[in-house]
Amino acid sequence: MTIIKHRLFWPSVILVALLVVNMFTANQFITVRDGHLFGVLPDILRGSAPLLLVALGMTLVIATGGIDLSVGAVMAISGAVACLLIKDLGNQNAVGSVLLIMAVAIGASLLLGLWNGTLVAVVGIQPIIATLILMVAGRGVAQLVTDGQIINVQSSPYAAIATGHFLSVPIAFLIAIAAVVLTVLLTRRTALGLLLESVGGSPTASRLAGIRARRITIMVYVVSGGLAGLAGLIYSANIKSADSISAGNLIELDAILAVVIGGTALIGGRFSIAGTVIGAILIQALQVTVVAVGVPSKATLLFKAVIVVALCLSQSTTFRQKVFGRFKSRPAVTAEVPA
Amino acid sequence: MGEPSPVLEMTGIRKVFPGVVALDGVDFRLLPGEIHALMGENGAGKSTLIKVLTGVYDIDGGQITLGGEQVDFTGPLQSQKAGVSTVYQEVNLCTNLTVAENIFIGREPRKFGRIQWGLMRKRAAELLARLDLNIDVSATLDTYSLAIQQMVAIARAVDVSARVLILDEPTSSLDASEVAQLFTIMRRLKDDGVAILFVSHFLDQVYEISDRLTVLRNGQLIGEYKTADLPQVQLVEKMIGKELAVLEDLEDKSQRIRAKTADAAPILAATGLGRTGAISPFDLTIHQGEVVGLAGLLGSGRTELARLLFGADRADSGSLQIDGKDVTLRSPQAAMKRGIAFSSENRRTEGILGELSVRENIILALQASRGWTRPIPRRKQDEIVDKYIKALQIRPADPEREVRNLSGGNQQKVLLARWLITEPRLLIIDEPTRGIDVGAKAEIQKLVAELSDGGMAVLFVSAELEEVLRLSHKIEVLRDRRLVEELENTEGVDADRIMQTIASGATQ
Repeated sequence: MTIIKHRLFWPSVILVALLVVNMFTANQFITVRDGHLFGVLPDILRGSAPLLLVALGMTLVIATGGIDLSVGAVMAISGAVACLLIKDLGNQNAVGSVLLIMAVAIGASLLLGLWNGTLVAVVGIQPIIATLILMVAGRGVAQLVTDGQIINVQSSPYAAIATGHFLSVPIAFLIAIAAVVLTVLLTRRTALGLLLESVGGSPTASRLAGIRARRITIMVYVVSGGLAGLAGLIYSANIKSADSISAGNLIELDAILAVVIGGTALIGGRFSIAGTVIGAILIQALQVTVVAVGVPSKATLLFKAVIVVALCLSQSTTFRQKVFGRFKSRPAVTAEVPA
Repeated sequence: MGEPSPVLEMTGIRKVFPGVVALDGVDFRLLPGEIHALMGENGAGKSTLIKVLTGVYDIDGGQITLGGEQVDFTGPLQSQKAGVSTVYQEVNLCTNLTVAENIFIGREPRKFGRIQWGLMRKRAAELLARLDLNIDVSATLDTYSLAIQQMVAIARAVDVSARVLILDEPTSSLDASEVAQLFTIMRRLKDDGVAILFVSHFLDQVYEISDRLTVLRNGQLIGEYKTADLPQVQLVEKMIGKELAVLEDLEDKSQRIRAKTADAAPILAATGLGRTGAISPFDLTIHQGEVVGLAGLLGSGRTELARLLFGADRADSGSLQIDGKDVTLRSPQAAMKRGIAFSSENRRTEGILGELSVRENIILALQASRGWTRPIPRRKQDEIVDKYIKALQIRPADPEREVRNLSGGNQQKVLLARWLITEPRLLIIDEPTRGIDVGAKAEIQKLVAELSDGGMAVLFVSAELEEVLRLSHKIEVLRDRRLVEELENTEGVDADRIMQTIASGATQ
């Protein structure tokens, strides 16, 4: 009974169900070939890395009651910066230089996050508007960086972050998991998580409790920018080029969806990183499954929509009560004694 | 002269919310052509009664008769159609539309489906002229002062339905000349036969404008009086009521400690500290181990004064000394760093974080002062939280329970615990006992006395005079956003004495 009531129960069930479907439809679900994990499952995990990273940052931003629409644009800029610099390298396969360049790209993304955070926390613009600015302008910046071209690179160390394997596991997925672990440590091993949830729960009450809400708000946008930058690198490494138009296009919406599926409320407050991880992998699995079961391409979006609606309904208390409530005796509501 | 028959009659109105009776058999009537003040402290049931009258709430008992017919409102629109209009404290108009549009929005004069703008402007101007208001009706509303906006709202309300007009705290954001202007309009409407229900926390205004008044307390009708027949002191008495002393053992405590605190060094000294529109400049000194009570009606500036001392709002005049050094408190953190704690009167919106657990709520302020990089170790947290759950008898004694599931009294204790663990030297508590049961109230009062015995200074803000008298060494009386008198809490000082000051404002 209790496990069914857990807010991650239904998302987990749907994720498992999708994986089971793939088990039957795919030629290879999971196997080892050439010393690497191979098949649909590793593909899903690898493919989910950019979304997972972006959704991770989005979770923290949403926990403060904000939203970051600029993540897709930041991905594009980060990929553009990296490819531009790598292209000019004498030896594109020099590991040290490539790592340095990736650090530069992520540094740029952190600055973009700082811009967002400043607009929201210092200037006081609504998050949706503040990040909309960079969402629109950012793609323009990326196109300026690449001079409107698609920049192709031939760098095997760069490509490795998307397509390589370490201990036979996709490196992209390992990067994403490392980011998850770091974020969990950052929020739950320090007091950041608590203060975040407090600011998201009530900015006024938090201020009166002496919390420096402004700093915390800026920080989450910086983290979100950095993670989006990392996601942009993986995306661009995967296609070995910088494509300012389609890099991270509409990913902000998938990321928001992943966060919501994971049980973090859009109004801020309590957040769940585990939920976001499940949400992001679920969305990727859904995309793969749609192709695998041969849903006609015209109907893929509709199919996706149906699953998402079902998921949201399963998480709605009102809906659950209406549908299942009448069959059981309701548990006594712990009535709050009003003031 | 016989009284005209009432335009509105409410009898035996009962309204119950889960766990609390908001209105218990309240009678209320409005005569045509009168201004009737509805009086009562916060939580007395005034706003519930208004919401019942405007159809926002259903009633659980009693009946409402309007113009001789029994009515049963199921929504605000219905009550409006029946002739009841309300103007709230915050003007509910669209400031980006013109004056004329605001007056006629939703009921524009039309011809063949087209709005007749000219006619609309003409009628709006005529309507306002009747209220002695000659303004450009084609200018947007935000070009006018709040007072004018309020009058436009009244004009609209009267034009929509002119039988009963409810004015809920219309004067709270107006200055003296604007209030006078509003009163002129109210008198004119009254002469036209409109029945006006007026709610205000300013006693002077009530006495100036109202013909009769009805007093509520704790959801019950105390009585209906002719304003001229009821002296202010008696009105205040009726509003506040006298409560039995819950804690007799505290009786003489204040006198006992007096000697000790007299020569203690002042922790805080405010000189001419004030904030425009919130609280007039005041002088206040608080010593170590001293309990200073702030008395006054709601809206008298109690909370505003307290917020200045915590840096929650910035002062725009005067100076503040803490431990003899001049300081400017720019933020709550600045105050906390100097050992000041503040627990807000708005427990729900400015105090607890409902989603978070009891443990998290308790450690929040301490954690905030340490910064996010230095978390309080979990073992330490559990230790502190357990200690305070026991010491303050927080129920249920479950540190991981979400705070929103606790009763008001227990939430208040959680907030006190939050501040006590920061070991403040000055604890400012605003209405800590409002809306909580008698047992919890007594426990909190006892705690305040103990803290003061231990050397902590406490600024105790409360609307309940008995409580202020019982705990305080020194009482600061506020009225109309001004600190009007400071009283040493000695033998001769009692509730009557304070009520007199509140009612008359005389500084002696």
